[in-house]
Amino acid sequence: MAGTERTIPGPPVNPETQAFWDAAGRGTLLLKRCIACSERHHYPRASCPFCGSDRTEWTEASGRGTIYSYSVFRRAPVPYAIAYVTLAEGPTMMTNIVDCDLDAIRIGQVVRLTFKPTEGGPPVPMFSPA
Amino acid sequence: MTIKRKAYIAGVFEHPTRKADDKSLAQLHAEAASGALADAGLSRADVDGYFCAGDAPGLGGLSMADYMGLQLRHIDTTETGGSSYVIHVGHAAEAIAAGKCNVALITLAGRPRAEGMATGTAPRSYGAAAPDVAFEFPYGPTVVNQYAMAAMRHMHQYGTTSAQLAWIKVAASQHAQHNPHALLREVVTVEEVLQSPIIADPLHRLDCCVITDGGGAIVVTRPEIARSLARPLVPVLGAGEAVKHQAGGRIDLTYTGAVRSGPAAFAEAGVAPADVKYVSIYDSFTITVLITLEDLGFAPKGQGGKLVADGNLVSGVGRLPFNTDGGGLCNNHPANRGGLTKVVEAVRQLRGEAHPRVQVKNCDVALAHGTGGSLATRHGSATVIIGRE
Repeated sequence: MAGTERTIPGPPVNPETQAFWDAAGRGTLLLKRCIACSERHHYPRASCPFCGSDRTEWTEASGRGTIYSYSVFRRAPVPYAIAYVTLAEGPTMMTNIVDCDLDAIRIGQVVRLTFKPTEGGPPVPMFSPA
Repeated sequence: MTIKRKAYIAGVFEHPTRKADDKSLAQLHAEAASGALADAGLSRADVDGYFCAGDAPGLGGLSMADYMGLQLRHIDTTETGGSSYVIHVGHAAEAIAAGKCNVALITLAGRPRAEGMATGTAPRSYGAAAPDVAFEFPYGPTVVNQYAMAAMRHMHQYGTTSAQLAWIKVAASQHAQHNPHALLREVVTVEEVLQSPIIADPLHRLDCCVITDGGGAIVVTRPEIARSLARPLVPVLGAGEAVKHQAGGRIDLTYTGAVRSGPAAFAEAGVAPADVKYVSIYDSFTITVLITLEDLGFAPKGQGGKLVADGNLVSGVGRLPFNTDGGGLCNNHPANRGGLTKVVEAVRQLRGEAHPRVQVKNCDVALAHGTGGSLATRHGSATVIIGRE
C-alpha cells in the first residue's frame, strides 16, 4: 500500500477558493459550474474559462471518475502516482492515485474519491480504485 | 503584414561552458551577447532592441540593459519558459519590420548545475499566488512525471513504444559524438536507453535531457544591415506561437501548441513540411520530440513512433535530420531552457557551419521549434522557419 506515506504539502487557500477547501474538509469535492453557459470547469475560478461569465456556482461532484493518464514517480523516496482523472461530471483534474498497488494502475480504470491529510492545510482530493 | 524576409539572423552563439562555477548569471548573459555580436560583426553599440526571458536576473531586461550598457528603443521580455527565445526571434522580426529597432539582441543564460538545482525531479511551485498551484502542487508534479503522463497517454492511445522513443535519444547521441562541447558524447543504443532506470513511468533516465549551465544569444537585424555584414544571409521566413493550457479541465495530452504555431509559421513562410531539410525540435524529453513532430505535420497524429524509429532522425541516414548538435538530450540545455540553442544549430545548418559529419546537404530551409512550460499543464509553443540566400 505505497503512495500514502509521502508528506503532502498543504494547498494555499485564497478567498476565491475558500469554499472549495472548506468542502474538502467535510469530505466533499466541489466543481464550479457556469450559470450562463452551464459548463463545469476545474480548477475552480470566479469567472468561467469557457464563456467569461462571472456568474458561477459551486456544485457537488459525485466522486466517480476514470484515469485519463498517470505516471508512477520511481525516483522519489516514496514512489507515488500522479494522474489525471476524468470526473463523471466532465472535467479532468490532476490528482494522485492512492491506497493501491502502484504497479496495477491502468488508464481507463474506474476510481473513487478519497481525501488525504496535508501538512499545514486542508485535506486534498485523491482517488483510489473503485 | 508579414515578417517574411524582413529580418535576418546575423549572429548566433552557444556558450561553450556546461558548468559555470566561476561566473555570475549576468556575466554569462553578457558573454553570450558578445559572442553573437562578434559572430555578426556588430558591437553592443549597434544594439537598439533587447529580448530576454525569466532566466535574466533582477528586473530582467532592465537589469541586463544596465549591466551591458545597452541603449535601447525596443524591449520585449516575453516569458514562455524554454520556448521564449524562439518566440523572441519572431517578435524581433516583427519589431524590425515595423521599424521599432534595427539590431535585436536575444540572450539566455543560467547555472542550474552550479546551483545544484533538482531540475526535473523536485516538484516545482511558481508561488502561492499562481491560480493552479493549490490544485497541482500537493500531488507532486515534477517536470519528469508530467511529461511522463503525456507519454503514457500517447502509448495508450496510439501504441507508441518505449523503443520508438529511445530512437530519438539514439539519434541525438549519434550527432553529439561529433560535438566537442556536448555534455554527453557517448553513442547509446536503444537497448541502453531501455535499460536505464525508470524515473517516472514510462520515461527512463536516458529519455530525459541533460542539465547544464551556460547560455546563448541571437542577433536579428534589418535586411540592409545583414547584407552589409560578412556572414551568410539567413532570412526569417515565418514564425508562429501558441499557448496551450488545461482548457478548464478539458485535458488532452496527445498534442501540443505546435498544432497552431506550426501551421502559422508554414503559412507565413510559404513552405510545407516536405520542403524542410533540417529540424531543431525542443527535446526536454524524447516524448516532446515525437508529439511535436506529429503536431508540425511531419507525421500523421499517432504515427510519430514510426517516423522517429530506425535512425530516421540521424543526419546522413534518415529522412528527417534533427538536432545535429546533440540537442538537449545530449549536448546542452542551458538554464533548463532549450529554445535558443535550437535556433543556433538551425542557423549553423543553413550556413553550412554544422560539423561536417552531420551537415545536411543543400540545407536551404530549416525549422526550429520550442516548447516551454509543461506538456501536461500549460506551455508556450513557438515555431520559426528560416532560410538562406
